Amino acid sequence: MIRRGLEPGRAGWLFVSPALLVIGVFFFLPVLAALIISLTDFDIYAVADTGNLRFVGLRNYLRLLETPLFWKALGNTLLFVVIGVPLSIAASLGTALLLNSAVARLKGIFRTALFAPVVTTLVAVAVIWKYLFHTSYGLVNYGLGLVGIDPVDWLGDPRWAMPAIILLAVWKNFGYNMVIFLAALQNIPGDLYEAASIDGANARQQFRAVTIPSLAPTLTLVSILTMAGYFQLFAEPYVMTQGGPLQSTTSVLYFMYEEGFKWWNLGAASAVAFVLFLLMFAVTMVQFWLARRWSRA
Amino acid sequence: MNRRGATFLVNAGLLAAAAITLCPLLWMVSVSFMAPGEASSFPPPFLPESASLGNYRQLFAQTGMGRCFANSLFLATAATVLALLFNVTAGYAFAKLRFAGRERIFRVLLGALIIPAQVAMIPLFLLLKEMGLVNTYLGVLIPSMANVFGIFLVRQYTMSIPDELLEAARVDGAGEMRVFVSIVLPTLGPILVTLAIFTFLGSWNDFLWPLIVLTDDDLHTLPVALASLSREHVQDNELMMAGSVVTVLPVLVLFLVLQRYYIQGLLAGSVKG
Repeated sequence: MIRRGLEPGRAGWLFVSPALLVIGVFFFLPVLAALIISLTDFDIYAVADTGNLRFVGLRNYLRLLETPLFWKALGNTLLFVVIGVPLSIAASLGTALLLNSAVARLKGIFRTALFAPVVTTLVAVAVIWKYLFHTSYGLVNYGLGLVGIDPVDWLGDPRWAMPAIILLAVWKNFGYNMVIFLAALQNIPGDLYEAASIDGANARQQFRAVTIPSLAPTLTLVSILTMAGYFQLFAEPYVMTQGGPLQSTTSVLYFMYEEGFKWWNLGAASAVAFVLFLLMFAVTMVQFWLARRWSRA
Repeated sequence: MNRRGATFLVNAGLLAAAAITLCPLLWMVSVSFMAPGEASSFPPPFLPESASLGNYRQLFAQTGMGRCFANSLFLATAATVLALLFNVTAGYAFAKLRFAGRERIFRVLLGALIIPAQVAMIPLFLLLKEMGLVNTYLGVLIPSMANVFGIFLVRQYTMSIPDELLEAARVDGAGEMRVFVSIVLPTLGPILVTLAIFTFLGSWNDFLWPLIVLTDDDLHTLPVALASLSREHVQDNELMMAGSVVTVLPVLVLFLVLQRYYIQGLLAGSVKG
């Protein structure tokens, strides 16, 4: 029990220390430990008895570079990010513009409907979409059949499995950024549009001269956050394809999970986690840099 | 383009987009009431020939999903209570109480947001193993007890409380605990709801960490159980859809009821996430 007379400085520390302790012990400490473990040969024998642990320097990292499946996983993840993020943002922006339109009806209901997939459980919707993508009985092929397109073996064909997962991810995620874009659109002062229309700008010119520049900061933020999310691809391949066919949907995290918790190569798996982190960090920095150059130009 | 044409195009676009987002969910519900094997036909049936609860009965009687539902419910509730306890006090202190190193610590915490949680998972697993917490509820809960996003959310909200209010209470002789409990907490209602729904949904939907920590079938959460079920029962689509309904419906309903708070939290987090 804290008594009266306790000065705010001590109280401040008392109030933050439980949370800081938890974050310190169960997040910062493990992150540091991950770096150290990635420099050891931590494997199933070390899990049983840490006496078997040896320091191996950068060997885990060097070995990763010689592992074809790691490169494959890296390539798959980058494909997922490079295609999935722009598609996702385009869907978010498109629907936000529709919702923001003065002539749109039933806005509240539409917003809720479009947002619903965001709060659903990823594993459950992956189970649903696995069925929607079924070659013979799935609704996706049925729909394609109606417009005369032959059935696609979505999850069984190495060329189509990743596009299928991207479609699911876009469906699941676009509502999140849509809400952010919608708020940003509503914050653009109406005077800007008025001034532009007095200057004789048509709808399309207004969009390019007013809407896009006003959204630029939001766009930067959204693309950074979305990319960070897309780099963490895991549950979709775990449920829908188990990384296949022909490892075409094995992501970096899926590779890490198998390496760590299937084969118990925890040293190597920690190295994978760090490579993923460095990659995400680098991409984020590049985006910040691009955004700054853009805003100056 | 005339106004009537624009109205038609915009609303048709919205209708098409809403159909695409809702179709998979509605179809999931419909298939979950179909007889085994009924959905495996061409063309895909949209509605069950005769709706039955058979799949749900099988789900709860034979696959242990009832137990997993209880696990998910307990874990999400416990995670929510813990997150409220840890994050609210910390968020308030970062906003309103002066202490040495406050700004620097907060900046470090924000900076840590760039580190993906998966980096910590392997050592955390080993740490919990040492503590005997692998395959326990507590092991699942530990990483979600306190988190930077929650602290940030509460801090942003708490900053809007006028300092004069707190000072007046202190002048009247209230201790810091009294100030927090009787002045600050009552004003935090909306952000507590926001934090609660974020934590509950996050915990309910979480997959990778419970998958790693819980090896015992009896302790599995719904997503973990559903994932393993879908790997075993590849052909039982109707059963899988019933499992998906059971997993998705609670969070969907919770969101519909508390939508306003969820969206507010989402926007607050995106300002400087």
